[in-house]
Amino acid sequence: MSAATSYLKSLGKARELGIVIALLLVIAAATLRNPNFLFSSDGFRDLLLTPSLLLLVAVGQAVVIITRNIDLSVSSVVGLSAYLTGRLFIDVPGIPIVAVILAGAAFGAVLGAINGLLIAFARVPALVITLGTMYIYRGLNVAWAGSSRINASDLPLGFRALGTQQVLGIPVLTIIAVVVLVIVAWYLRNMRGGREFYAIGSDPDAAHLYGLKVTRRIVVAFVLSGALSGLAGVLFAARYGTVSSAAGTGWELQAIGAAVIGGVAIAGGVGTLWGAALGAFLLMTINRALPILGIHDFWSRAVVGVLIIGAIVLDRVLAVRQSRRLVAEREETA
Amino acid sequence: MEDAVVTPSPPALELERVVKSFGPVVALRSGSLTMRRGSIHALVGENGAGKSTLVKIVAGLYRRDSGELRLEGESVDFTSTSQSKAAGIAVIYQEPTLFPDLTVTENIFMGRQPTDRIGRIDRRAMRAEALEIFERLGVAINPDRVVEGLSIADQQLIEIAKAISLDARVMIMDEPTAALSGFEVERLFAVARSLRDEDRALLFISHRFDEVFELCDTVTVMRDGSYIDTLPIDETSVDELVSLMVGRDVTEMYPKLPADVGDVVLEVEGLTRTGVFRDISFSVRAGEIVGLAGLVGAGRSEVARAVFGVDRYEAGSVRLHGRPLPGGNPRLSTARGVALVPEDRRKQGLVLDDGVSRNITLSIRSRLAKWGLLWSGLENEAAKVWASRLEVKTAALDAEAGTLSGGNQQKLVLGKWLATEPKLLIVDEPTRGIDVGTKAEVHRLISTLAQQGIAILMISSELPEVLGMADRVLVMREGSLTAEFSRDEATPENVMRAATVAQEVSR
Repeated sequence: MSAATSYLKSLGKARELGIVIALLLVIAAATLRNPNFLFSSDGFRDLLLTPSLLLLVAVGQAVVIITRNIDLSVSSVVGLSAYLTGRLFIDVPGIPIVAVILAGAAFGAVLGAINGLLIAFARVPALVITLGTMYIYRGLNVAWAGSSRINASDLPLGFRALGTQQVLGIPVLTIIAVVVLVIVAWYLRNMRGGREFYAIGSDPDAAHLYGLKVTRRIVVAFVLSGALSGLAGVLFAARYGTVSSAAGTGWELQAIGAAVIGGVAIAGGVGTLWGAALGAFLLMTINRALPILGIHDFWSRAVVGVLIIGAIVLDRVLAVRQSRRLVAEREETA
Repeated sequence: MEDAVVTPSPPALELERVVKSFGPVVALRSGSLTMRRGSIHALVGENGAGKSTLVKIVAGLYRRDSGELRLEGESVDFTSTSQSKAAGIAVIYQEPTLFPDLTVTENIFMGRQPTDRIGRIDRRAMRAEALEIFERLGVAINPDRVVEGLSIADQQLIEIAKAISLDARVMIMDEPTAALSGFEVERLFAVARSLRDEDRALLFISHRFDEVFELCDTVTVMRDGSYIDTLPIDETSVDELVSLMVGRDVTEMYPKLPADVGDVVLEVEGLTRTGVFRDISFSVRAGEIVGLAGLVGAGRSEVARAVFGVDRYEAGSVRLHGRPLPGGNPRLSTARGVALVPEDRRKQGLVLDDGVSRNITLSIRSRLAKWGLLWSGLENEAAKVWASRLEVKTAALDAEAGTLSGGNQQKLVLGKWLATEPKLLIVDEPTRGIDVGTKAEVHRLISTLAQQGIAILMISSELPEVLGMADRVLVMREGSLTAEFSRDEATPENVMRAATVAQEVSR
């Protein structure tokens, strides 16, 4: 029995280890082609910095997917929050940076709460609701920004420095993202509320029969996803300086891709945030590495697609193997 | 009972004349039950006697319309499952509802895990408690493995472990043994007895009398949604219980018309599908109504589906008018004159969002089509014939089928199949959930069809319906045909016995 247990644990680890290996291979290949990819100070910084924003969004997305839902609106939340950040600095001169960060996250949380409440009370699938709010939020952004955009010169120096600053060689944005990851991952593993996300995603009907507060949990998942996307929006402004009304477009699919590559089951109940975070790292690093390797942009998208499908096929194979093994174990003990 | 108690403690759980109806359908007419601590109480009754409804009221899934529900002498009213759980009631369903992706330990404690000061789950304590409970139950289940892949029996034990960790005083097991092997049943019984000795009150719902007599000390019989009697197990017998369960008259609701029985239409021989049914052989003649009786889950619908070709079978043969009918091809079966009116008409029999006429003509689309297109004029014309012949009560032919009453929906499904002019009609639970008046109409209809020479195989869990309608009665129990009775031989007691009691024939 303990052999089966350690086997199961090793399966989980194998998944994350596999991503790490893939990540190292990609980095090694790109570095061989162009040593600056890793060994210049900018190269190393970008390696950590580029995935950090997507990491935040992917973590929120993973929590939502674990509850057997999906959040397509994250990209538009990122965009709205990034634009809000610029407007705050322009319209409220001298506003503290911390206040702006909190405002962005809170704003995202409100947008997420709208998603969650609509899904929980209108009893419409999350896919439909968040597809709708994705367009609505983006539309609001366009209406609000018009053709104007936030420029780097609109942002205070201290805020822009946040986007490039490093502590002990590690970008501040990466530190923020990893701290958030650690906190949320800890919560998911160690708190009742966190475990209930998994329970709800594993079998919603059973969750009802257990007397879990399913509706509330699902709303919380969407609020969290919104808040993290809002935070990512603020950091987007710090990192890139320029914010148009199209900021963040397409991130929803990248975040879902990152979670799936990282082993979060699209049917809910299974997966870790660490996996999703590593998935985000792998996805963004591949995006950067392929041009260096001389692979055309078109192919880089195809590679991402292959990666996602490969991850799902791998999951399927592992699941089939696991269930065979579990049935075999049962017959042994019976 | 003989040992007089000086101060009788209040019953652990008491139901008194509890009523529950869903719209016009009364599911529970008058449910009464008294469960005592340190006792295993059996609840028996036919399908539809109201046992499950009663359980769901106790579990907090349904709210009663009237009547009393008392726990330890105090009146309670549950509006959710968490309330009944908090009050110390645990229900173990036939199909356990667990989280397949989570570990056994997490499944036991989900929602109320032991935590430390800051609310962090104490995994070590949780695992230790799970191990302790399993040890107490005397079963070896790895607490760290995921539930996915566990047998039903093991999953039930997890449910029981859950109930113990909750310290439930009242435990209800709704047909827990239905899916268990002999060894697993013994293990479950051992666990149940030790729980009884811990002074808990257990309710055991089962159709297997041998198990009831082996495990329980008291038995309550229900019939037609009502309490009938409660007896000490030592003072009753299988025969008495069976007669209490079925004791009612076959009313005039079953207008069986005389029909000429003709040639054999359907011949089934040795039909087998591993784990579902085995070695099923029977025949149906033209103009004959053959009733297929048995309990829910005996495999009757599965046989019907296999004959019709929806499901495959592994061994055996089906012959129609003497010609073999290959399996797994419903389209061919329909073409050869077989019609199946399924059990779940809303899901399997109707397109609820489509209109009445569309539904009736669904099975004859290719015949109705002109130049490959369907014309609503032709559809309506064909539908009108059937709608009037079956007396379908609907506002308009294009009214959505989903808006009709259950009885009228059933007529639609019948109409749909009759439009194909079948030689063999298989009806599965033709009157389930239909009000009394319409029921009689459906019965008359079936009877008329037989008179017209159609061979009819009727699956029904309602004993009076089978006895009232059928020329011959076949009885299934746990995947096998256990008896065949002619119309004269078939009594409620005979059929019920064949459906529930394991054959004494040694195998």
